[in-house]
Amino acid sequence: MKFLDKSLVALDVNANSPEEAIRETGKLLYESELVEDSYVEAMVNSFNENGPYFVLAPNIAMPHARPEDGVKEACVSFIRLKEPVRFGHDSNDPVQLVFGLGASSSDEHLSVLQKLMGLLGDPANIDKLLEVNNHDEINHIIGGN
Amino acid sequence: MMKILCVCGLGQGTSLILRMNVETVLREMGIDAEVENTDVSSAAAESPDYIITSNELSQSLEGHSSKIVIVNNYFDTEEIKTALEANMN
Repeated sequence: MKFLDKSLVALDVNANSPEEAIRETGKLLYESELVEDSYVEAMVNSFNENGPYFVLAPNIAMPHARPEDGVKEACVSFIRLKEPVRFGHDSNDPVQLVFGLGASSSDEHLSVLQKLMGLLGDPANIDKLLEVNNHDEINHIIGGN
Repeated sequence: MMKILCVCGLGQGTSLILRMNVETVLREMGIDAEVENTDVSSAAAESPDYIITSNELSQSLEGHSSKIVIVNNYFDTEEIKTALEANMN
């Protein structure tokens, strides 16, 4: 399981559309060899087909696809967008924090989601993620290393 | 037992997060229910007592026999609790 490791985090990324933002989160997972490139395409396709329902909360999106689309290991990446992007969600737009989920069919899938919920369930953490300057500060918030 | 289905587009990540938070809220409310998660097309073929989903996806479930409960912020357990209470009374 890989959860917001240093290579999976990028701050103040430029993206002009939901698709670009989704591709940036997917790229981090792909470059760390945690997902196949087909998975990144599937993340974009899911958005095009099912809409922005994965904008889970104000400011927060969690694009993902299915395990069979090409996930090697349960994982979560994170990008903070330089400028917020509108995903077309009625109540939670615009989005600045994007978490790319590599959904696996293993027990680790549940574990990474629980970690993500632990992080985002506390509104104070969301405020901090909007302010952090580097990966060390993110580690401090998630209490990991 | 009461059956609740949490629904998202793929039935993989989003609905599982919703399900875990719904289970937490139900425990707090002292309600015993069977909670599952699935994708929106599978949900059409099921008939739980309640379907919990986002406003957007609820539109593709229009006319479904289950009572539809809408949640916008999946991390806000207070919102989930209020939505459940409003629909269960």
